[in-house]
Amino acid sequence: MLLGPSLLVSAILFSLGVVGVLLRRNAIVIFMCIELMLNAVNLTFVALSQRLGLDGQVFVFFVMTVAAAEAAVGLAIVIAVYRHRDTVNLQNINLLRG
Amino acid sequence: MTELAGSAADRVGLAILLPFLGFLVNGAVAFLRPQAKRLVSVVGVGSVAAAFAVAVAVFLAVLGARPPAPYVHTLWTWIATGDLQVDLALQVDQLSVVMLLVVTGVSSLIHVFSIGYMRDDPGYARYFAYLNLFVAFMVVLVLGASFPVMFIGWEGVGLCSYLLIGFWFEEREKADAGLKAFLVNRIGDFGFLVAMFLIFSHTGTLEFRDVFARAPHALAGGTATAIALFLFMGCVGKSAQIPLYVWLPDAMAGPTPVSALIHAATMVTAGVYLVARCNVLFAMSPTACAVVAGVGALTALFAATIGLKQWDIKKVLAYSTVSQLGYMFVGVGVGAYAAGVFHLVTHAFFKALLFLGAGSVIHVLHRAYHHTHRHADAQDMRNMGGLAAYLPWTSRVMWVATLAIAGIPPLAGFFSKDEILGAAFARGAASPFYYLVWAFGLAAAFLTAFYMARLMLYTFHGPNRTGDLERPHLAEAPWVMTWPLVVLAGLTVLGGALNLPHVGTLHRWLEPVTEASAPYLPTLAPATGVEITLMVLAAAIGVGGIWLATRVLKPAALLTPERAPAETGFAKLLLEKYRVDELYRAVIVRPLVWLARVVLWKGVDAGVIDTAGVNGSAAVARGLGWIGSRLQTGQVGTYVVLFVVGAAAVLAALLRFGKP
Repeated sequence: MLLGPSLLVSAILFSLGVVGVLLRRNAIVIFMCIELMLNAVNLTFVALSQRLGLDGQVFVFFVMTVAAAEAAVGLAIVIAVYRHRDTVNLQNINLLRG
Repeated sequence: MTELAGSAADRVGLAILLPFLGFLVNGAVAFLRPQAKRLVSVVGVGSVAAAFAVAVAVFLAVLGARPPAPYVHTLWTWIATGDLQVDLALQVDQLSVVMLLVVTGVSSLIHVFSIGYMRDDPGYARYFAYLNLFVAFMVVLVLGASFPVMFIGWEGVGLCSYLLIGFWFEEREKADAGLKAFLVNRIGDFGFLVAMFLIFSHTGTLEFRDVFARAPHALAGGTATAIALFLFMGCVGKSAQIPLYVWLPDAMAGPTPVSALIHAATMVTAGVYLVARCNVLFAMSPTACAVVAGVGALTALFAATIGLKQWDIKKVLAYSTVSQLGYMFVGVGVGAYAAGVFHLVTHAFFKALLFLGAGSVIHVLHRAYHHTHRHADAQDMRNMGGLAAYLPWTSRVMWVATLAIAGIPPLAGFFSKDEILGAAFARGAASPFYYLVWAFGLAAAFLTAFYMARLMLYTFHGPNRTGDLERPHLAEAPWVMTWPLVVLAGLTVLGGALNLPHVGTLHRWLEPVTEASAPYLPTLAPATGVEITLMVLAAAIGVGGIWLATRVLKPAALLTPERAPAETGFAKLLLEKYRVDELYRAVIVRPLVWLARVVLWKGVDAGVIDTAGVNGSAAVARGLGWIGSRLQTGQVGTYVVLFVVGAAAVLAALLRFGKP
């Protein structure tokens, strides 16, 4: 397998995720970008595991498990927020302002 | 010294314990069953009489043993820290035994008198509780074997004095009088404390025995003077000398037996006792001696002049007490310690008698006004007059006391006062300053005779001014109040025998205590011719004062307070007590109150502590919180940006500085 291109793709995916989180306002989209970052990291784990042993692949399963749990909780929160405020635009959700 | 061990002297602590138990019982009764007056009387008088019995037993033991050095009975170790070791120890020697006898003896009589005087007072149990507590503390004062133990008693009697002056605290001015006594005494106590610190830092101990043994080589001249003067500052407060005498006349707000016991016979003489006890420290410093004698002489004369013009019978006696205390300080100041203590003892007899007699008069007048529901001043001599016909016994015994205080031979006051004046005169040969002291004392003796004769004439002679409705109710006080007077009158007559000239029983008795100071003092033995001249002069002065009073004063022309014309000129100044209270108010009290209110309260407390300290620190915290809250925008985007920047910074730092 090609390590360099794999890591490059992973870095591009991660950067896309970061930029998405930074720039987008919709909670669902930001959530998807976070998932994108997690999967970029997964890709890195898998790519590097060919050099450094199977630990990375094992870790991927953990990340996927956590991501699944996070998706369940996160989406539930988004739905709850939407029910209360009729929007999921994060610019309008600023109750914690000091 | 060994002979006293195992004798009654070992049980001298009972003289403290018994009145203290009396205090506990009476205090409990005051809370639980305030009407149980019979129980209170038995416990109150019984405990003090038992203490007197203990005192007599101890006296007999000392009389038998004649200890050359004080016998110290240690109860337990009180303070043990570093170099300081203070035992709760009681000292039995010739001086403390004399004081013990006087304190418990006079206290017993006054307790008996109080049964009659306070009979109808709702605070009967509380009164006896305080009075018992006072006796306990007073005995601690005279028996303490070290400065701190004495200080317990010193402060304790001050507390009881405060409680009893303000006994009728529902009346504002009486509560204030108690407060005044307490506060003025604080100034003196400060001096006592400083003296204790100085003594400890220079001699390394606070036990009387050790201090006096080490003092001659441990204290340089200046230090000895400083210690003596600070001690004297304590005496000035407690014994009401210039400039701190102002509390004693106000202390007359308390019940009259209290005035007799605390503010005439015992507590106020504690200062004289302290000087006599520390005679070495004072004798080592000629300056201190001169100050003590000078202040005493000045006070004796000054207070006597105020006494000339007072209308309140108790105020006259109060200024008389201040004046007589001045005499005692002249005595101990010139180094005639036995003479000072002698006058203390005789004064305890005749002044207690005078106060109790005045109490009896006030009691009778008060009772008469109570019958007719008239509100007149039962203490104003202008409401009295001619009472000799109604209170024959009181009148007789008070005349005895008056002649004694005026220095008429052969009554007790003549011998004690004469001895003090003689000693002052004798010391004048060495330093002429003491001639002035003597002259002041002589002048005061004349005034004493005059104002006491005035008191007697206005109270007991001439026409009665009490009121036509009240007159039928005037009758001698109950028996329980008169017999203590008769006993005291007997002591007043015979007291002079304690220390007759050239016999000097008391003088020789006290020698083991006073001999340590003898090397520092000139011998005080005037030539016999001079001595006799002085005696005749003193007696003539006393007679002259009384004679002048009978010639000048017209009891028949006296008007009741409502109709009396206002005084003018010097008489007004005397009536207003030289306006010393007003002066103190203007010079000390008001600046202090101003300092407290404007500077300390409005400035330091409200300004610095509240504004800068309390509210300032709160404002700083709030400001920091506000700055922190600016970071909390509530925008997830902002947080993410900060998070990313932070993560990037950490990453960069790891790459730059982290180990490979």
